Amino acid sequence: MKVDHYEARFAGVGGQGVILAGKILAYGMVSFEGCQAIETPTYTAQVRGGATKVDVVIDKNHIEYPRTENLDFFLSLHQKSLSIYYKEIKDDAIVVVDPNLNPNIPKNMPQKLVLVDLIEIAKKEMGKTLYSAVIAVGLFAGITKIIKESNIQKAVIDNAPKGTEMDNLKAVKIGIELGKKALESKEKIVILTIEDAKLTDSND
Amino acid sequence: MKKTVRFYSGAELVGKAAIDAGCSYFGGYPITPSSEIAEYMSIHLPKHGGTYMQMEDEIAAMGSIIGASLTGAKVLTATSGPGFSLKQENIGYAYMAEVPCVICNVMRGGPSTGLPTALAQADIMQAKWGTHGDHPVIALTPAYLEEIYEMTIKAFNLAETYRMPVMLLLDEVIAHLSAAIELPDKELMVIKNRRKPLVPPEKYYPYDTAYGDVPPMANFFEGYRYHVTGLSHDKTGFPTTDPDLVQADQERQIRKVASKADEIYDYESYLMKDAKIIIFAYGSTARAARVAIDNARKLGIQVGMMRFKVLWPLPEAEILKICSKAKAIIIPEMNMGQLSEVIERYAADRTKIMRINHVGGVPIHPTDILNVIKEVV
Repeated sequence: MKVDHYEARFAGVGGQGVILAGKILAYGMVSFEGCQAIETPTYTAQVRGGATKVDVVIDKNHIEYPRTENLDFFLSLHQKSLSIYYKEIKDDAIVVVDPNLNPNIPKNMPQKLVLVDLIEIAKKEMGKTLYSAVIAVGLFAGITKIIKESNIQKAVIDNAPKGTEMDNLKAVKIGIELGKKALESKEKIVILTIEDAKLTDSND
Repeated sequence: MKKTVRFYSGAELVGKAAIDAGCSYFGGYPITPSSEIAEYMSIHLPKHGGTYMQMEDEIAAMGSIIGASLTGAKVLTATSGPGFSLKQENIGYAYMAEVPCVICNVMRGGPSTGLPTALAQADIMQAKWGTHGDHPVIALTPAYLEEIYEMTIKAFNLAETYRMPVMLLLDEVIAHLSAAIELPDKELMVIKNRRKPLVPPEKYYPYDTAYGDVPPMANFFEGYRYHVTGLSHDKTGFPTTDPDLVQADQERQIRKVASKADEIYDYESYLMKDAKIIIFAYGSTARAARVAIDNARKLGIQVGMMRFKVLWPLPEAEILKICSKAKAIIIPEMNMGQLSEVIERYAADRTKIMRINHVGGVPIHPTDILNVIKEVV
């Protein structure tokens, strides 16, 4: 990992799979990047439809305080979780939200705002919205470079239910592609569309 | 090179440790933030030959583990504040009838249904005085994943050794977080079992103090018949109102833990040698305190911590010693000052107690503690 300490939050509503996104990232950081990672899910009494988030604290060394203090990365798939969990964001954090949501983010921050409809992309490219969380971890890898592309791919495959490995691999690659496009963009606010999610032959 | 990594959450480790300690029955009723323990047990306990039973409510869940324990099983239930309240009557029964059992309470905000799935440490007094009457108390408060594993096994050992309910108090932070950990070798863990009678059934008395303060316990369905009641009883297990017998029995039950307190209590000292300001903490709050201490030390402040791994009983002599020499004692806790009240009694006028009490459902931040440390300086 290129930094000593990193904090990421994936937010959404119950049923979208964001907690799995946190699990995959934490697993990848520990298994393939030699870091320590703590993953903490938060959910409400509503199993589906309640505001949900997962925090991943990553460090090169032992993590004493297990909760987040300053988020380097924030991603939300839903207005409800965006409203509740948009907290502890660093000034130079990367924020990824659905363009259909009202970000209500203070001016001058964050340094990079990525607007991308991950659910729509999952539906169109993968045929199922539930791949949006795997696309999200791919996007995380592509834009932050905190975890190597090959390592996030391995982490996704290791955590994929049997028989879904190839679909999940495609989903994470779509995410990586989106993340790289966002990283390359010089704009402070980057709008990604389904065109940016198309995999070229070289991705396969 | 890929390392073999296994992620565990705190809740999963309670279940795993329970099975490794020999638990063969879990009776529960799911309640957040403890549901993951029930979930783990429902999947894994049957694979190890045990029985998982989801009962119709919290009260029945507690009743069922008492019944299972009487047949010789090591038993666990898991709950959170509202369920812990409901269980109290049967917990009292388990104290009176001296039935070993482990009750894990993943604390959340209260009173009543309070803050589901949010963090609190507000049941530490309920763990002590939740049920009516006098009784011994053992409550464990781990702070790290490895410790959850070790202390769950310890909870079973204590329940079996002292023939009583033992409280395992987790908070939402450590129950829900997952990390990759290395577990101690199961074969090296000390596992204790209840003392069984050596006399034949016709000579057996279930509360026979001839063998010490913890009478040997016969399993039901092994030929030993005896009476179990929540009423005050004599050595046969049948009710008595004889003042001398009742007095002696109550004193014995308190004594069985009090006389062994120095073997039961457990704490970790962190940078205490030269510390002038001392933090008393337990559970996940102690982790924030440790970060605060490290930051204060960088500023040259001599601060240390006594972290209670076992909250009840407390190491009284050590606490008294600290109260006599500390410039101040800071007690951060996710309640309105439940441990602080106890420590204030020890401290009297000898030192100043600084409370940090958060009850909003979010953890106490290291900065919150560091600010109080600076205030003392």
